[in-house]
Amino acid sequence: MSEKMVLMQGNEAVAEGAIAAGVRFYAGYPITPSSEVAETMAKRMPEVGGTFIQMEDEIASIMAIVGASLAGKKVLTATSGPGFSLMQEGLGYACMVEAPIVILDSMRYGPSTGMATKVSQMDLMQTRWGTHGDHWVIVLSPSSVEESYQLTIRAVNLAEKYRNPVIVLSDETISHLREPIDISIPPVLVERRLPTAKADYLPYRTDESLVPTVANVGTGFRTSCTGLVHGESGFQTANGHVAEALVERLRDKLFNNLDDIIQFETDRVEDADVLFMSFGITARGVSEAVETLRSHGRKAGSLRFITLFPFDDDRVRKAAGNARTIVVPELNSGQLVLLVKRVFGDSRKVVPMNKINGDLISPQEILNFLREENL
Amino acid sequence: MRLDLLRSERLPNIWCPGCGNGIVLRALLEAIDQLQLDPDNVVLVSGIGCSSRAPAYTAFDNVHSLHGRAIPVATGIKLANPDLTVIVVTGDGDSSAIGGNHLIHAARRDVDITVVVFNNYNYGMTGGQASPLTPTSSITTTTPNGMLDRPFDLVKLAAGAGATYVARSGIYFAKHLVDHLKKAIAHDGFSLVDAVAQCPTYFGRFNRKGSAGQMVTSQKDWMVLKSVAEKKTPEELAGKVIIGEFVNIERHAPVSAAAPKEQA
Amino acid sequence: MPEKKTFRITHNRKWCKDCGICVAVCPKKVYEIDRSDRHAIVNPQNCIGCRMCVEHCPDFALTVEEAKNE
Repeated sequence: MSEKMVLMQGNEAVAEGAIAAGVRFYAGYPITPSSEVAETMAKRMPEVGGTFIQMEDEIASIMAIVGASLAGKKVLTATSGPGFSLMQEGLGYACMVEAPIVILDSMRYGPSTGMATKVSQMDLMQTRWGTHGDHWVIVLSPSSVEESYQLTIRAVNLAEKYRNPVIVLSDETISHLREPIDISIPPVLVERRLPTAKADYLPYRTDESLVPTVANVGTGFRTSCTGLVHGESGFQTANGHVAEALVERLRDKLFNNLDDIIQFETDRVEDADVLFMSFGITARGVSEAVETLRSHGRKAGSLRFITLFPFDDDRVRKAAGNARTIVVPELNSGQLVLLVKRVFGDSRKVVPMNKINGDLISPQEILNFLREENL
Repeated sequence: MRLDLLRSERLPNIWCPGCGNGIVLRALLEAIDQLQLDPDNVVLVSGIGCSSRAPAYTAFDNVHSLHGRAIPVATGIKLANPDLTVIVVTGDGDSSAIGGNHLIHAARRDVDITVVVFNNYNYGMTGGQASPLTPTSSITTTTPNGMLDRPFDLVKLAAGAGATYVARSGIYFAKHLVDHLKKAIAHDGFSLVDAVAQCPTYFGRFNRKGSAGQMVTSQKDWMVLKSVAEKKTPEELAGKVIIGEFVNIERHAPVSAAAPKEQA
Repeated sequence: MPEKKTFRITHNRKWCKDCGICVAVCPKKVYEIDRSDRHAIVNPQNCIGCRMCVEHCPDFALTVEEAKNE
């Protein structure tokens, strides 16, 4: 192992990535399998001049990071399904007031308290649709410890750049995996845009970027925010036109920048006749299965979603090559496959592959699946 | 009170005629004014409900959050920027029902914020339902046969949870209210003021409390100063609400196990 | 003999909601809610400058200032 490499657990990598990205405020509540993030932050925040606070529940945790974010800090909280459910109202609030926040959801088996120490990918749709009302979030999915570190940095940067919640969607296995990673290169940091002139200050006025320059509280701008529909002033209104413009802007500020936000990893898509679409830990089994299939002469390929949301049908279609068969392995009863079917309709054979017993999908199982399904 | 502490362009306020919220808000602005706080360093955080609309009428930074969640937001702001004076504006339901867990934990932690409870004994915004502070037997839209439960004593709740400054006042006693708000804001540690106000539209009407004016002036009949109450018997105090300062102690000083030990 | 202090009351018609709290708290019957249910200043000369009305107006609609002799 080179000197640059350090052995780190997935959850520690999220904490260290956040610190490298400038996070200096962490609020959280213990829950398996995310607790090591809180434990790491409890030790590390005071060392870097930051603040760690253990709150009374996940509702308080997300609201505390929203408060700290409004006061100018880069912030993180970490949780798992049951806690993520409690955070949903705060997530919607952060979308509405455009507070940059980052949440790690380390997926365990659900529903309800499910199996705390078993892996799943059952929260995918919850990240997108968990809170009420039309809203848009960015969801990033690491499939290794190294990527847990790098994507947490990216999550903090995207949150600050677009003033939007970003969810790092990990899982029990990656959270507890230990791998050597390289953290020697200092990351490029993004800072939120702030207003320059106090005269005529309107917190939610935007330029063509559609991202407002909301002042941090306590900086003399006398700023206002509310979860109610608001115009540029940040004050409540029941005007339908203002409401429509606000919700459209919350969408467009992300959708006008899909090139910046969306990342896939593709492997031998060009000539593939069978293509796997997956994310997170499942993509690692896929990667090995593709190697084996190729060594046997089968033209297999892989598309791994690094950015899960925003989900852009056109980009997925273009990245998918011409494979007639698309297999979607995931640790749930079929969530990602719904999106893939939406993209391709009847133009390709889209085949779900689901595992819901709390174990991972192994490369051999993927090979067996192709054989059994005659794919 | 300096009128420039108001956002005049946002007035008149949305509250019903005779609502007590404006009176508590005026007292709060008066207290901030008298303390000569730099308005740039004051942040008002609220939840959801009639009272939680108050910060939007002030010239300070204001954060209108979610139902019950003003205290964790305020905690985040205060810890992120300890130089700020962070004041939570909340109602009886917002603070003691949906936000009750946050209230007791903020008190336990002794976070240096001030919670001002605009207490009108019911949920006004949603149509006059019972709150945890609604007195037993009172009529509300969700207790049409009278409130069966006992209310919280908010002062005892906050004190029991570890608040280091707790006071109660009523809007009739405007100077008393301003005085205790000043002490609460100036206090180093978690402070709470139970500011008893009136909801003539719902609680007052359902419980035959008379006009808004009568609800205001009647406070002198059913509120007793703590100094006076101390000389009275429990029988004499039946049905009375005691106002004054209940807790004013030094802030809990945390000791870190990792703190370097002094050399012998 | 010291001159009796006089006070100037200003009433913000746009913010007032005619709730009548000022009528209830004024010790000198300066205000009335009139027959059309509107706030009215009927006895301004009685004002003693106690500002009970100002402190209890929920709508920030009243100010009382000592009138300067001209």
